Amino acid sequence: MNTGAGDRPVLEVDGLSVDFTVRKRQVRILSDVGFSIGRGETLGIIGESGCGKSMTALSLMGMVPSPPGRISAGRILLNGEDLCAASESRMRAIRGRNISMIFQEPMTSLNPVYTVGNQIAETIRRHKGLSGADALAEAVDLLRLVHIPAPDKRVSAYPHELSGGMRQRVMIAMALACEPDVLIADEPTTALDVTVQAQIFDLLREIQDARGTAIVLITHDFGAVSEMADRVIVMYAGHKIEEGSLDEVSDDARHPYTQGLLRCMPEIRARARERRQPLPEIPGVVPDLLKGLTGCPFASRCPSAMDRCRELPPSFALAPQRAVKCWLADASAAPGEQPA
Amino acid sequence: MSEAQEPTVPPVRFDDPADVPEVRWRVTAAMFYGNKAAVLGIAVLAAILLVGLFGPLLLQADPFAIVGAPLTAPGELRPLGTDYLGRDVLAGMIHGTRPTLIVALSATAFTVVIGLSVGAVAGFYGGRIDNLLMRITEFFQVLPPLVFAMVIVAIMGAHFMTVIIAIGVTTWTNLARLTRAEFLKIKEREFVLADRAIGVRDSRLILRVLLPNALPPLIIAVTLQTGLTIIYEAALSFLGLTDPDIMTWGKMIGLSRDFFFDAWWSVTFPGLAILLTTLCIALIGDGLNDAFNPRLRGR
Amino acid sequence: MSAEPLVRVENLNVHFQMPRPHLLAPRPVLHAVDGVSFEIARGRVLGLVGESGCGKTTSGLALLRLVAATGGRVLFDGTDILALDAEAMRGMRRHMQVIFQDPYSSLNPRQTAGDIVRAPLDTQGVGSAAERAARVDELFALVGLRSNQKALYPHQFSGGQRQRICIARALALTPDFIVCDEPVSALDVAIQAQILNLLCKLQDELNLTYLFISHDLAVVQHICDEIAVMYLGSIVEKADNAALFENPRHPYTRALLSAVPSRRTPASATRIRLEGDIPNPIERPDGCRFHTRCPHAQARCRTEAPALTEDRPGHWVACHFSNELDAAADD
Repeated sequence: MNTGAGDRPVLEVDGLSVDFTVRKRQVRILSDVGFSIGRGETLGIIGESGCGKSMTALSLMGMVPSPPGRISAGRILLNGEDLCAASESRMRAIRGRNISMIFQEPMTSLNPVYTVGNQIAETIRRHKGLSGADALAEAVDLLRLVHIPAPDKRVSAYPHELSGGMRQRVMIAMALACEPDVLIADEPTTALDVTVQAQIFDLLREIQDARGTAIVLITHDFGAVSEMADRVIVMYAGHKIEEGSLDEVSDDARHPYTQGLLRCMPEIRARARERRQPLPEIPGVVPDLLKGLTGCPFASRCPSAMDRCRELPPSFALAPQRAVKCWLADASAAPGEQPA
Repeated sequence: MSEAQEPTVPPVRFDDPADVPEVRWRVTAAMFYGNKAAVLGIAVLAAILLVGLFGPLLLQADPFAIVGAPLTAPGELRPLGTDYLGRDVLAGMIHGTRPTLIVALSATAFTVVIGLSVGAVAGFYGGRIDNLLMRITEFFQVLPPLVFAMVIVAIMGAHFMTVIIAIGVTTWTNLARLTRAEFLKIKEREFVLADRAIGVRDSRLILRVLLPNALPPLIIAVTLQTGLTIIYEAALSFLGLTDPDIMTWGKMIGLSRDFFFDAWWSVTFPGLAILLTTLCIALIGDGLNDAFNPRLRGR
Repeated sequence: MSAEPLVRVENLNVHFQMPRPHLLAPRPVLHAVDGVSFEIARGRVLGLVGESGCGKTTSGLALLRLVAATGGRVLFDGTDILALDAEAMRGMRRHMQVIFQDPYSSLNPRQTAGDIVRAPLDTQGVGSAAERAARVDELFALVGLRSNQKALYPHQFSGGQRQRICIARALALTPDFIVCDEPVSALDVAIQAQILNLLCKLQDELNLTYLFISHDLAVVQHICDEIAVMYLGSIVEKADNAALFENPRHPYTRALLSAVPSRRTPASATRIRLEGDIPNPIERPDGCRFHTRCPHAQARCRTEAPALTEDRPGHWVACHFSNELDAAADD
């Protein structure tokens, strides 16, 4: 599946920071986030609500609500072109054609007063300049691609006439209309039932294999990431705190937050032996970014917090595409600086 | 009941956001007084009320007395001029304040009581009760309100009280529909289910749970309604269907309407008084609404 | 099981009359819950799992009379609560409580946390004012909130803290039985663990009985003693925790289990793939409700609805071919 090993990455993000002005104060929602994705690769971005994962997606799409937000630093290179420097009209051309996005709630992302065929055809017309009839024919093909039964009939259905799973398929068809290089999937299955979620994952994988689309999967569910992703980044309070391959993060998590997150998730076990044992918790709650953080954002909840954590750790690279933003990973640390 | 579990304390303590408990009425009052527009509204309305209460004692003139030449422009002797019969506009304004406010507030109170009750019961219980109440509401809605009010006044006679009842009976429908819509929406929220699960009685659910949550749009509707009742009263006065012995702002406008281009003052000053009163009530309503909404506190 | 169960649901039905599609058409009926029966022994946790629209939440609300049941009996400690008059039911509510999914909409935004937790005591007239105030403090401590947070409003709390307030409210009247309707689904994973641990701890300490409604099988496996799987308004399989997860017997249960993405076994290769979506509960398929998506469906399934039968001790399943499928699975 991963064909992007040697190639130049499709998407490179470097030092991305987003600031919001809240009550006349600057609040950093996203701090120095960087990653890259190759063709045909899937990157999972995982974190809790408010960790900045959706803001990352909006930044990639050039859709940071402004005001109050703005990209204050960093570069987003799509096929070598810096999207942060692109004009709004250039961005409109790129959105949908080179990079597109599917959202969590397909009902609110589709316009209820147009048929799904019309909505897909509109995208095709805009980017490919096809005539109405040709665009509609292509919409039928796309619905067939995403395995919607009787696509020639469904093309004239309204969103409310479709089930949740079908609507998400329509969203995917729309996102794929112009064969984008990068598909951003923001919690694509959170609103769906598990059996339907499995169908959507199958579909995304199938399309990726056929077209080599790079997928950015944004989710809070480690199960979904394990299912889909080649590589994972973990976010917390706007920081990328850990990056690595799926196996590295899953089996050898280095950041205390990642470790805590993995431990506290109940998982289905074949044997019910450990049932009712208390789950390991992460105490406390996510910090309020409005209060202005200094130091490591996880320190107040971290079991290994030490004095040094009053200072924000840099991202320590352990290997190529493997990094941890935690003082514990600092190889040069003095031996005395161990957790209390 | 045992003690709480040991809170897990991280070895190094960093920021602990302190939650400052607030004293409720004080915060509400502070919130209200922090709203300059609402305070201004209170001040101006208080002034108008004072005029209504004590004005007639200070200016002991008969508003119906002909004191000078008709259509005299505002001047030294008659600060607001005279109307087409030569009656003093200032005297009319001052003596008309009290009846105008009484009509407006009583008729609005009438509207609020009927409208909220019908809307709340229909929205809360739904089903057949809702159906019946909504058909009744529609019956009142399709009647042209002014014509209906005229019929009532014509039957019951042009007394002060009948005017209040006539206005109230014909204007409650909007408020009923709005209340019902809000109740239908809020009824579905889980906190209402949770209250039913602890055995809260229907009457308390309606008055203490649903109503406070339905208030924001209702307060705005009621303030608009107050302005509307003053206008209705004016319309009834214009048609000669109000008590002929009582002067109101609406009556002044109604009677002098045809002389607007000859004597703008005879219409404009009572009109401004109505506008000012309505505006003050709207500002106060807005301020109260914000002050009672916990979400807006601390902003 | 010799003791009388605390909760016993017999043939519960909840049917909703839908609006007519046009003037002369008959009113369609939505069979939200159709012949559901189960019992829960005191101090145990029954899990009710299924996908959206399967009727699990409606079942939970119906047995608290928060939704009107159209048929069946709900015996609570031997009393049929569906037959009680309004005043008797009000008294009964002391013993049975509910925790909802969405901690944002289940708290009145215009009440303080302290008032919310005190409301059950006020409503049921428990104790003096001073005793109630003391009880609220006790409840706050019990669920891990500080008592100086009493004067705060719901929007000033995080999701997990709000769910703690909901739990405190549910516990105020020292109920025996709590319906937990997806209590952790709306919370972040790190917070889910906190709330699940709290629910387990409280159950042990206070000897509570839970009906735990969830779509999340991992959570259900963690907390429940017994599990019932629902599909389109009916229970298709019911067994104790170990039996259900080690040896699922209904094709739907198997598909559901295999569809859950897991960190340890990303088993997309061995997954049982269900075709299509859950049918509309207004136009349910005839015969076995699951036959439209079942990989093993045969002619009989299309016409004849299988009954829920206990063909192994404690393991109930509603499938014509469960034994044949068991044999096939063992190979």
